[in-house]
Amino acid sequence: MGLFRRRKVKKTEEKKSIPDGAWMKCDNCGEILYRKEVQNNLYVCTKCGFHFRVSSKVYRALLLDDGKLIEQDSGLEPVDFLKFKDYAAKIKKSTQKTGLKDAIVCGEGKINGIEVEACFMDFGFIGGSMGSVVGEKVKRAIYRARDKNIPLIIVSSSGGARMQEGIISLMQMAKTSAALNLLKTPYISILTNPTTAGVMASYASLGDVIIAEPGALLGFAGPRVIQQTIKQELPPGFQRSEFMLEHGMIDMIVTRHEMKEVVTTLLKHLS
Amino acid sequence: MATYLDFEKPIEELEKKIEELKNLSETEGISLEDEIKPLEKKLNDLRKKIFSSLTPWQKVQLARHPDRPYTLDYINLIFNDWVELHGDRLFADDSAIVSGFATLEGIPFTIVGHQKGRTVEEKIKRNFGMPHPEGYRKALRVMKTGAKFGRPIIAFIDTPGAFPGIGAEERGQAMAIAVNIKEMAVLPVPIIVIVTGEGGSGGALAIGVGDRVYMQENAMYSVISPEGCASILWRDQKYKDKAAESLKITAKDLLKMGVIDGIIPEPPGGAHRDPEGAAKILKKTILNTYRELSKIKGDELIIKRIEKFGEMGFFKEV
Repeated sequence: MGLFRRRKVKKTEEKKSIPDGAWMKCDNCGEILYRKEVQNNLYVCTKCGFHFRVSSKVYRALLLDDGKLIEQDSGLEPVDFLKFKDYAAKIKKSTQKTGLKDAIVCGEGKINGIEVEACFMDFGFIGGSMGSVVGEKVKRAIYRARDKNIPLIIVSSSGGARMQEGIISLMQMAKTSAALNLLKTPYISILTNPTTAGVMASYASLGDVIIAEPGALLGFAGPRVIQQTIKQELPPGFQRSEFMLEHGMIDMIVTRHEMKEVVTTLLKHLS
Repeated sequence: MATYLDFEKPIEELEKKIEELKNLSETEGISLEDEIKPLEKKLNDLRKKIFSSLTPWQKVQLARHPDRPYTLDYINLIFNDWVELHGDRLFADDSAIVSGFATLEGIPFTIVGHQKGRTVEEKIKRNFGMPHPEGYRKALRVMKTGAKFGRPIIAFIDTPGAFPGIGAEERGQAMAIAVNIKEMAVLPVPIIVIVTGEGGSGGALAIGVGDRVYMQENAMYSVISPEGCASILWRDQKYKDKAAESLKITAKDLLKMGVIDGIIPEPPGGAHRDPEGAAKILKKTILNTYRELSKIKGDELIIKRIEKFGEMGFFKEV
């Protein structure tokens, strides 16, 4: 599973996550943008509409009423049980960088007055990778949504399963997907850039409704792995949201500006 | 022609020597029992010695051994009345997965499994055991059909992984895997999963959600290939042996972590040296497990199956 990017790529990824300074460059159109303006525009390029990657915190504020989340399971922390190369240091660094203990935040909140169970993945924490903590928190969120009889919303952003937790990370796909069988309330899966591999091949693909942000990379294998395997140029726009919509894999593409309203309408239809 | 891996070479040499002596004894009509007997004992000891101290990377090589029995070999050796069903009724028939019905001691089973090829043509036809979405959809279709008639399911896992290609992505590789995992969890019949060779990540798990999951002694099961892991960690595939060690991918490791329920032994020298012997042991495991699981009602199987995978994971809670 091509879940983890090479260092070379990672450097640009880090750059992408909105560096400091008054000005910034759009990764898509190259336009130099005034940072404040982009922030006010929900981190969407004011020129071309490119959706910059945002943290779980930003998405929480965007989707939930008053940005309020009653966080659950915040005490869950990853364990380096395989004594895997650099994992402990990676956890530490990611925690410092994001203020999070792992790549997902879950809890209850309201969307235009409708109570929901909501999970927000954070790419800033080891590429949003799914290890034991992410799997467990998603499972518990599913159970809470079931017990409280409220809808479930998961905003995904992940490179896939967390290699540093070996086979256990793979099993989180089974843990979360199996648990979804127990949920009888609506589940809306929101896919942001990128959602690939182990997360895409489990709960992210199992929503009653699947919504993607524009231009997000969505798929099973990473484009580089595919290119190396088939030794062919990939078609333009391959694995992007628009491609996935065209191929019938997602229900719709919704911009960040419209996301809350669309989710609200859907919840009204389904609840 | 049998293939011998580097670490199997001493075994090959000894086997050849014994073979020569046997031939000589036959053509010359003389008894060389006194020479052959001790060599055979030596061969046995050598096999034991080599196979009891295999490194994880050596296990990977065994799991991928070109002479290793594949799903159809085991079906032929273990089951009767095999009927293969083809196609996902949506797009195509994917030869990287076989599925169908067969009986074992009169008990009807549904069987699904990855299938690799032996010859060059067959390898290409079977896409080296790497399924496309239609393969997973076929497997699920056949498992559901079997479940409708109460047939227990046997899933043989042996794949490098789900195929990473343009068509696979266009047709929803991720979706197909996700749906299989979710749906397998709630099939109301006993499901026995056996990793016989390579358990390649999501491509393996897509037919790997069962009430009992076993691994053959020399099989592997991993979230990423050792080569893939090495190129991420050390930026060089040549560290694949180190990666194999770090990832903990052997049957012993998985048993220790509670991911599998048991290890199925292989004959001395590995399943590839004695497919009949390996099949015999598999058959026993399948029958014993079936007898145990067949006593449990479908609803209860489902609850337990969801719980089983729900419990996997290591974390701290403060």
